[in-house]
Amino acid sequence: MSAAEEVEVVTEGQAVEAVPKRAMTLGYGTSLIVLAVLILIPLFVKNFIIFQMTMLLIYALAVMALNILTGGSGQFSLGQSAFYAVGAYTSAILMEHAGMNYALTLPVAGIVCFGFGFLFGQPALRLSGVYLALATFALATAMPQLLKLGYFEHWTGGVQGLVVTKPDAPFGLPMGQDMWLYYFTLAVSIGIYLASVNLLRSRSGRAFMAIRDNEIAASAMGVDVALYKTLAFGVSAGITGVAGGLGAIAVQFVAPDGYTIQLAISLFLGMVVGGVGWLPGSIVGSAFIIFVPNIAEGISKGLSGAVFGVLLFLVIFLVPHGARQVAIIAQQLAAKLKKN
Amino acid sequence: MSATTRLAVLGAALALVATSGSAAFAQKKYDTGATDTEIKIGNIMPYSGPASAYGIIGRTEAAYFKKINDAGGINGRKINFISYDDAYSPPKAVEQARKLVESDEVLLIFNSLGTPSNSAIQKYMNSKKVPQLFVATGATKWNDPKDFPWTMGWQPNYQSETQIYAKYILKNMPNAKIAVLFQNDDYGKDYLKGLKDGLGQKAASMIVAEESFETSQPTIDSNIVKLKASNADVFIDIATPKFAAQAIKKVAEIGWKPTHFLNNVSASVGSVIKPAGFENAQDIISAAYLKDASDKQWDNDPGMKEFYAFMAKDFPEGDKLDGGTVVGFGVAQTLVQVLKQCGDNLTRENIMKQAANLQDFRTEVLLPGIKINTAANDFAPISQLQLMKFKGEKWELFGDIISADVGG
Repeated sequence: MSAAEEVEVVTEGQAVEAVPKRAMTLGYGTSLIVLAVLILIPLFVKNFIIFQMTMLLIYALAVMALNILTGGSGQFSLGQSAFYAVGAYTSAILMEHAGMNYALTLPVAGIVCFGFGFLFGQPALRLSGVYLALATFALATAMPQLLKLGYFEHWTGGVQGLVVTKPDAPFGLPMGQDMWLYYFTLAVSIGIYLASVNLLRSRSGRAFMAIRDNEIAASAMGVDVALYKTLAFGVSAGITGVAGGLGAIAVQFVAPDGYTIQLAISLFLGMVVGGVGWLPGSIVGSAFIIFVPNIAEGISKGLSGAVFGVLLFLVIFLVPHGARQVAIIAQQLAAKLKKN
Repeated sequence: MSATTRLAVLGAALALVATSGSAAFAQKKYDTGATDTEIKIGNIMPYSGPASAYGIIGRTEAAYFKKINDAGGINGRKINFISYDDAYSPPKAVEQARKLVESDEVLLIFNSLGTPSNSAIQKYMNSKKVPQLFVATGATKWNDPKDFPWTMGWQPNYQSETQIYAKYILKNMPNAKIAVLFQNDDYGKDYLKGLKDGLGQKAASMIVAEESFETSQPTIDSNIVKLKASNADVFIDIATPKFAAQAIKKVAEIGWKPTHFLNNVSASVGSVIKPAGFENAQDIISAAYLKDASDKQWDNDPGMKEFYAFMAKDFPEGDKLDGGTVVGFGVAQTLVQVLKQCGDNLTRENIMKQAANLQDFRTEVLLPGIKINTAANDFAPISQLQLMKFKGEKWELFGDIISADVGG
């Protein structure tokens, strides 16, 4: 997770490579296969794996949110952990202090974070590229300390954090808490994924992409640059907030130390590995940030950080466009095979 | 030897054979993670991330269990020690705990480190009824057998320590004016609570100033100046090593001469006192429960010799002067004692029962006179400390061993 890779991405990012909107999604056939795999796997594996898959979906959502912001509208953020934290705390506080149903806390978390992101987007408008990344970085470093503040301690539990109760499956469905939460998360994720795909194909999505490709040209075409930039921030923060809320329910615990800058960097990493601007890559990126540290630890406990660095370097070096590049190569190979 | 004595001896021998026989035939009982040949122990440590300096504790434990295994294991069973990295992140700790319990199927999780990480997994461990044994944090809340019967601490908790200072102050300086500096987090507040509880009704009148600081502050100089302005003659210093060293230096610099109490967390000569300057640290009072490997007075102590031998032979890459190695060695010995007491009944319930049934157990890295005692309603294994004063270039222990049991 060295700074070098980020800097490289950020500096060349002044114009994020233009991704045609069609290329931002998967074909129907592939989507259905992925969906079937995601639905079937939990029936055959242990609860722990189901839990890991739930976390996979949750981080995938957060990575996708960043992808909409960066891949869609060309803005950078290293502050996603802050939105994730606000979402997590909103859900946790509503569940534990107000006794609200877990499912209802998610939209609230989303709306709160949308507002938060939209407001943050206002000053962020004046900044671009590395400067914007730094401003959001500040947000991410500030957040854990804000959560510890004495004023909010009654609700946030201060440094001790809050323990969240895990929901049971409703209607007496014969499945464990983990499996239920997985399917619940899957349903939410699919909903948000479809909405995001549609958003990027809509007028607003085209406005985002126009801004990404050339801000001046976009404003000349009548796109309200200020509005759409802040809107992109809001949408991204909102989705991250929902992911945060789901994360709080799955982990059953929120504490300031869970939402440090480390998380923001992980999400950023996930986006790059998954392929900037390619939404389905989010799940690949999420898998990378969840499983690769474990693999690195398995190779060497003392040098896990170094091993992780080497693996990351290999990915960036061999497939700089991440999973998208792999997918394209696979597609070409498949086409070739068909021809023969 | 007369015939009757011979008969008596024979009878005694027979009785012995009979009892040992019945022990051998006693039902072996296992939960997940224990078999005839193996006991699986899980552990979570911050090998990477901001608290990675503590990772040495896990590595010491691994080396100690390897030594035990090489010597034949415990009651013939080898310890399979599975230790994972959580980078000091609570969500990661939950993932690793679940992996240990559900995927690796360990018998128990031992000495997982950090208050946030342990808080995150406490509810899970208790709902799964898997022991979360001898957690590596000094928070007072781990001693709560009623609500969390599957969680137990090990080291003296923070509140006991300041209670001991309070006892000392009340006895020796009943008219003291106390100024407190504390880190604004769970650890600092835990300490502060112990002090106030220890002073009891006199807390309000005796504490004349309280200053909290954030770990993000570059220095605490201004806090110290404010505390001096209160004209206090006792200074209670609740800070982690970096800030403790700053405080010691600043107090000397501005010519404030209070009786200075320094929390045990920062009592390290190497990482706190020396950088702050020996001349600035004279007569500081602190408390300890472990022998300090950098202290010459233990060089010929049999207990510490065992520790030095272990470090030289089984863990040569570790630094014996790092306090973490002493802690890891002591806590691993305590676990071995619990497992020995369990005999062939290696159920999770019996583990907790035996962990709560340690009587006057000593690992020889504890200061002389300090004993580990637990009971069904006392989940605080070490609750004794001894005061010490800094003289010259080392701590000198003084006074008796003082006990303070505090529940969470």
